[in-house]
Amino acid sequence: MRTALILLMMLGLASIPGSIFPQRNQNPMKVTDFVNHNPTLAHWLNKIQIFDVYSSPWFSAIYILLFVSLIGCVLPRSIEHVKAIGKKPPLTPKFLDRMEGFAQLDRPISDALDTAESWFKKNRFRVRREAGSISAEKGYSRETGNLLFHLSLVLLLLAVAAGGLFGSKGETILNVGDRFINTPTSYDNISFAKFQGEGNMAPFSLRVLDFKASYDPTTNAPTDYTLKVAAANPIGSKEVLKTIKVNSPLTYGSTKVYLQANGYSPVVAVRDKSGKLIFEGAVTFLPQDGNLTSIGAIKLPDMVPQIGMVASFLPTADRSPKRGAFSSFPEVLNPKLLVSVWMGNLGLDSGVPQSVYRVDTSKMKRIGLKALNLGEIYNFGEGTLTFEGYKSWVNLQIVDDPGKIYALVGAILAILGLLISLFTRQRRIWIKVDDRVEIAGLAKNGVPGLDEELSSLRQALEAVEG
Amino acid sequence: MVLYTIAFFAHAIEVSFSVKTSEIDDKTSFDFSRTEKSGRIGTAMMILGFIFLFAGVILRGASAHRVPWGNMYEFSITGALAFSGAYLFALAKYKLRWLGLPVAIAVLLTLGTAITVLYRPSAPLVPALKSTWLAIHVSAAIVSGGVFLLANAIAATYLTLDRMESRGGRSEWAEKLPTLEVLDQLSYRLVAFVFPLWTFAVIAGAIWAESAWGRYWGWDPKETWAFITWVAYAAYLHARVTVGWRGRKAAWLCLFAGSTFLFNYIYVNIYGTGRHTYSGL
Repeated sequence: MRTALILLMMLGLASIPGSIFPQRNQNPMKVTDFVNHNPTLAHWLNKIQIFDVYSSPWFSAIYILLFVSLIGCVLPRSIEHVKAIGKKPPLTPKFLDRMEGFAQLDRPISDALDTAESWFKKNRFRVRREAGSISAEKGYSRETGNLLFHLSLVLLLLAVAAGGLFGSKGETILNVGDRFINTPTSYDNISFAKFQGEGNMAPFSLRVLDFKASYDPTTNAPTDYTLKVAAANPIGSKEVLKTIKVNSPLTYGSTKVYLQANGYSPVVAVRDKSGKLIFEGAVTFLPQDGNLTSIGAIKLPDMVPQIGMVASFLPTADRSPKRGAFSSFPEVLNPKLLVSVWMGNLGLDSGVPQSVYRVDTSKMKRIGLKALNLGEIYNFGEGTLTFEGYKSWVNLQIVDDPGKIYALVGAILAILGLLISLFTRQRRIWIKVDDRVEIAGLAKNGVPGLDEELSSLRQALEAVEG
Repeated sequence: MVLYTIAFFAHAIEVSFSVKTSEIDDKTSFDFSRTEKSGRIGTAMMILGFIFLFAGVILRGASAHRVPWGNMYEFSITGALAFSGAYLFALAKYKLRWLGLPVAIAVLLTLGTAITVLYRPSAPLVPALKSTWLAIHVSAAIVSGGVFLLANAIAATYLTLDRMESRGGRSEWAEKLPTLEVLDQLSYRLVAFVFPLWTFAVIAGAIWAESAWGRYWGWDPKETWAFITWVAYAAYLHARVTVGWRGRKAAWLCLFAGSTFLFNYIYVNIYGTGRHTYSGL
C-alpha cells in the first residue's frame, strides 16, 4: 500500500523532466537544437535518456514496479472484501462509552432492541443481533468502490502497456488525387509494436478526392479543414465517400486515420535544352509559417550536369522592404514560386541520406534566380522550368492501437469506483440493553453525519411508550 | 462587437464590485461593531459580481459564437467565475464569510491580469478545438481548478492561524475565524469532492486527444502536469484517509498539490511548447 503510493509519487516526479527538456518523440528538431547549443550537458543528459524520458528503462521500471505493487495490494484486499460480503458486522464492543456519540437513555425502554433493529433495517444497515446488543454497519460499498477504482487502474495500466506491445503507427503524405493502400510500403514512415505482425494491417485503401481549408480573413487563423476521400474496405470493394476532419478520424476497427497537417505541392515540369521532358509532377513543400510560406527542393539527378532547385512557394505572395517576398495569407490568391537553380553534384551517391526538402549545395554553383507566376516558363540556360499549378497535400497519421478501448473502459470504471468510494460514508452503530439503554457509533475516517443518525435512532427509541 | 463591449463593461463592473466587497470585508475583519451588516453587504456584492461575471462570460461566448474557453483570457475569466462560484456554493453550506476577503482579492487580481495582460479580441476557434469535448473537458478542468484553489486558500488560512496559535494566540482580526479543525475538514472535503471531477477532466482530455491528435496520452507538458496534479491530490487523499495525516502536514501537502495545478496553468501555458498551446495564449 505504502510502496504503491511512493511509486506513484515517484512516477509523478519522474515525469517532470520530460516536460522541461524537449522530447525526441514529440519534437526531434528541438532536441537537435538543444544538443547543438549545450553539447556537453546534452551528452550527459542523453546518457540518462532525458530526451526519451517516457520510453526510458528507468521510467518503465517505476511504471512496472507500480503495476506489480498495485496488484500486490489490491488483489488480497479484493479477496478479503469478497469474503466479507456474506459476513456479519463485528461484535459490539464491551465499553461503548469510549466510542463516538455515546449516549445513555434516561429511562428503560421495552423492546428497545426490536425497535432499534427495525430502525436499522429501515435505514439499510447490516445487523448483527446478539443477546442484549445489536451491532450494525453501513457503507460496505465504500470498499467496493475503492477496490473497483484500483482494479480499474490496473486495467488502465495494462491497456497502456498493450498499446506499446501491439499495434502500429505510421504517417504518409498524399497529394489530392493520390491513392493510398494500407500496406507497410505505402507509408513515409511506420513503426510496429513488438508483437505486431506486419500482415495484420486493416485492409483498406483511400483515394484523396478533395481537401479544403478555410481561414479567418482577419486573423489568418484556420477555421476548418475538410478532407474528402473515397475509401474501400476491404481493398477492391466498392468505394465509399468519407469525410475526415481534425476531430473526426476515419475508423476501421482499432485502426484510425487522422488528418494531421496539410500544405501545398507546386506542380512543375522541367525540360532539357532539347525540350525533352525530364520531370513533371507535384513536389511536396514544407510549410514554414501560419501563412503557409513553403519550402522544398526539385532534384534532377538525371540531367547532365545535375541540377538542383531550392524553392519556396508563396500561396499569396506579397513584398515588404523589410522581409522581401513573403506569403500574407494561407489560401492561394496570388501564387508565386521562387527558385534558385544550382548546377553540379547533388551528392546523392554519397550514401548519406538527404532530406527531400533541401538541396546539398556544397558541390554546386548557382546559375539562376527567379520568381515565377502561375503558368510562367523560366529558361535557366540548361533547360526550362514550367510552374504548371499546385495541389494541396495532407499528412495522414494512421494508428492501430488495440489497447485503446480497454483503457477507456478502465478509465470509466475508475471514475465510477472513485465516486462510490468517496461519497459512501462507512460507519457502525451499536446499541446495548441491560438495565439501561446505551448507544454509540464509529464513523470511519471521521466522515460527518453520524451524529444525525444517532439522534434519529435515539428519537425512534424514545418514541416508544415506556 | 457590440455584445463584446457589453461583456467588457460587465467585467469592469464586476471589478468595481469586487473592490467594494474587499473594502467592506476589511471592515468585517477589523471593526467588530458593525460586522454583521457590512459582511452581508459584502456577500450581496459578491453574488452580484458573480452574476455580472457570469453574464460577461456568456456574452463573450455569444460574441464568438462558441463556448468561451479558447484562450487564456477566457480561461482566466471563467476560472475567476468558478472560483467565486465555489466560494458562494460553499458559503451556502458552511459559515465561510471570513474567506470573502481573500476570495475577492484573488478574483480581482485574476480579472485584472486577464483584462490587462491576457486580453485578446474574440475570434473563432482553430479546427483542432472544434469539438464537443472542448465544452466538457475545459469546463471540468476549470471547475476543478476553482475548487482546488479554494481548498488551497483554506489550507493557507489553516497554516497562518496554526502558526499564530502556536505563538500564543490569534490576533484580534482572526478571532472570528473558525477553529483549526473545521478548516482542516473543510479543505479535505472540497478536495475529496472535486478529485473525481479532475480525474474526469483528465480522462475527457484523453478521449479528445485520441480523436484530435491520434493518441490518448502523449506526455505533452500539459498532460504531464495534469498527471502530476492528479498524483499529488491522490497522495493527499491517501495521506488523510489511510495514513491519517491531519492538520499541518495535510495542509502543506494540499498547498503543494494546488501549486502543481497553478504551475500547469501559468508556466505551461506561457512557456510550454506542447500541443496545448493555441493561438497566442
